[in-house]
Amino acid sequence: MVQRLPISRRNLLLGAAATFGVPAVLAGCGSSQPAPPGGKSSGNLGTVTLGSNASDEIPKKSLETVLKGFTQAQVKINTVDHNTFQENINRYLKGTPDDVFTWFAGYRMQFFAEQGLATDISDVWREIGSDYTPAFKAASTGTDGKQYFVPFTYYPWAVFYRKSVWQEKGYEPPKTLDEFTALAKKMKADGLIPIGFADKDGWPAMGTFDIINMRTNGYDFHISLMGGKESWTDPRVKQVFDTWRGLMEYHQPAALGRTWQEAGQALQQKKTGMYLLGMFVAQQFPENERDDIDFFTFPEINPTYGTDSIDAPIDGYMISGKAKNVDGAKAVLKHLAQGASQNIATKLDPGTLAASSKADTSGYSTLQKRGAELVSKATHLAQFLDRDTRPDFASTVMIPSLQSFVGKPNEIDSLLSSIEKQKSNIFR
Amino acid sequence: MAAKTRRYSARDVTILVIGLGVAIIVNVGLIWGPTLASIGLSGTDWNGIKPMEWVGGRNYGDLVNDYPPFWSAIRNNVLWLGFLGLVATPFGLFCAVLLDRRLRLSRVYQSALYTPVVLSLAVVGFIAQLVYSSDYGVLNAVTGLTVDWLGDRSINIWVVMVAAAWRHVGYVMIIYLAGLKAVDPALKEAAAIDGANEAQAFFRVVFPTLRPVNVIVLVITVIEALRAFDIVYAINKGRNGLELLSVLVTENIVGEASRIGFGSAIAVILLVITLGFIVTYLSQLFREER
Repeated sequence: MVQRLPISRRNLLLGAAATFGVPAVLAGCGSSQPAPPGGKSSGNLGTVTLGSNASDEIPKKSLETVLKGFTQAQVKINTVDHNTFQENINRYLKGTPDDVFTWFAGYRMQFFAEQGLATDISDVWREIGSDYTPAFKAASTGTDGKQYFVPFTYYPWAVFYRKSVWQEKGYEPPKTLDEFTALAKKMKADGLIPIGFADKDGWPAMGTFDIINMRTNGYDFHISLMGGKESWTDPRVKQVFDTWRGLMEYHQPAALGRTWQEAGQALQQKKTGMYLLGMFVAQQFPENERDDIDFFTFPEINPTYGTDSIDAPIDGYMISGKAKNVDGAKAVLKHLAQGASQNIATKLDPGTLAASSKADTSGYSTLQKRGAELVSKATHLAQFLDRDTRPDFASTVMIPSLQSFVGKPNEIDSLLSSIEKQKSNIFR
Repeated sequence: MAAKTRRYSARDVTILVIGLGVAIIVNVGLIWGPTLASIGLSGTDWNGIKPMEWVGGRNYGDLVNDYPPFWSAIRNNVLWLGFLGLVATPFGLFCAVLLDRRLRLSRVYQSALYTPVVLSLAVVGFIAQLVYSSDYGVLNAVTGLTVDWLGDRSINIWVVMVAAAWRHVGYVMIIYLAGLKAVDPALKEAAAIDGANEAQAFFRVVFPTLRPVNVIVLVITVIEALRAFDIVYAINKGRNGLELLSVLVTENIVGEASRIGFGSAIAVILLVITLGFIVTYLSQLFREER
């Protein structure tokens, strides 16, 4: 005799709802998976949690290696996908952040410091201050004059080229805008695309804007413009776009459909003569061709400013405002500030330089040595447009606007008045 | 006259409360709550950190007057709807009619047309890049052109809509094919006996009997047009000529930008447009029933 199951249909449905519905909801709540701890040894400062955006293999490995050498506390690294980390940073810092987290210098650091979401580490700086140049200290300082950030690595922006191509054609690094234009003209005549260019992702064109603005109007005006204190319809800003437009005919066409990786490959394949990008362009070159890469800093436009400023975005670490183990976190930052720690990272990732002046540069590749030399000559280090201004202004106003300029370089006036209107809507 | 009252046992009541209660909680919590919250947030200036500030209709003013991507997105959403509705959907119907005639190899055609449907639109977006990229794309390589299909904002929306339609056609086709199989062949015979030619038989007899299918297809087309997001996001994050309302909402709210109030205002506009279609559709449906 078949016995009826002691369960009614309705109960069954409820059961099913419970079985399938509830875990689904719970699964939706689960967030980042903690990565295995970087350092196993535990010291007397307890456990420090570290939120990391180093989700790519090389940066992840270098952070783990660096923290293996830290013995005062146990460090638990929570790695989150790079973009996800960045996009969720507001909620992350508001919610239950880790003690230490990876972040960027400049405005984006100051923004969180102002909201009280970062811990003042001026006392740490009294110890490590002598290891850094004033430019790095300034980049780590909040609007209140206190320090909130420890620089770890950085990479400069410059105009990159292949030595072999330039030797063959007899090109010389230009010193002024006129020489630059003349060189571009010559390259065009030689059948090369003079200036590699790509802006599908929206941000690479910011590098061109930054450098032309700093060369034309100086670092202080640039930072003031980024801070929303200047008008975008100012003739000085118009001058920047006019200069850029003059160079547009030497830029690689169809830039809005191209990624920087593709433009980097075009440089590697000797289709383009030069390319303004960060030092990470080296990633697009096979290992055995990296010694063929060289660069020059963007030439002088206005003799008042010469070539005193460059973009050199700094990556580093901060302590969140809600940190539970502040003493441990400060000890971690001191460890990360050591030149020896940063050398581990620069060795694994040849696209970066150590921020500390005490770091050992003897192990640098030729390119890294040239990069360090370039930075030591610069008086001002800008952090790149999207790190020097409000994130909402950078992503929702500047990206579409610069793309629109690249698509239609002749409509400068209407573009600038549109940027100005949107800027005043955001910076109010 | 003993009123016949239905008795609910305590168990029935419990089940009823749980059953209805859960539905109501889910409905309010997941649909009405967020909708009203969006409307409320759209009147504020808030970045998720600092205190919320009430600004009334200012976000809407900024949106309409000073935010160029907004009009671009409205235009693209309308184009998207028009292209799917007037080109892709009729073409899907056309394919279905042809396949219904049992051509030779019709199974092969059917599979070929239907295959893209199993791909997500994000994947279609990646495929579109392989085809349209100006440097390494198949299209430029085969034709010898040097057109910047995805970067030139006067053409990129069109080629992307073609890619989206590639998937939509198969979807519509399979639905119509099922509908056509269900049409009584006697109707077509009767029409033929009455002297109707092929076209007349289709438009006057077969197509009207497909009415329920037409409604489903229409709804699907509208939904696809309004929720379009993944394909443009995969291609260039929905910028530079590929703006869509759904992308702008995400772009402003999610991410470091966190213009929550401003993004919510865009979301509310998308909601109003969606409601327009839903209300039209529902009122149409209720009128039928009456």
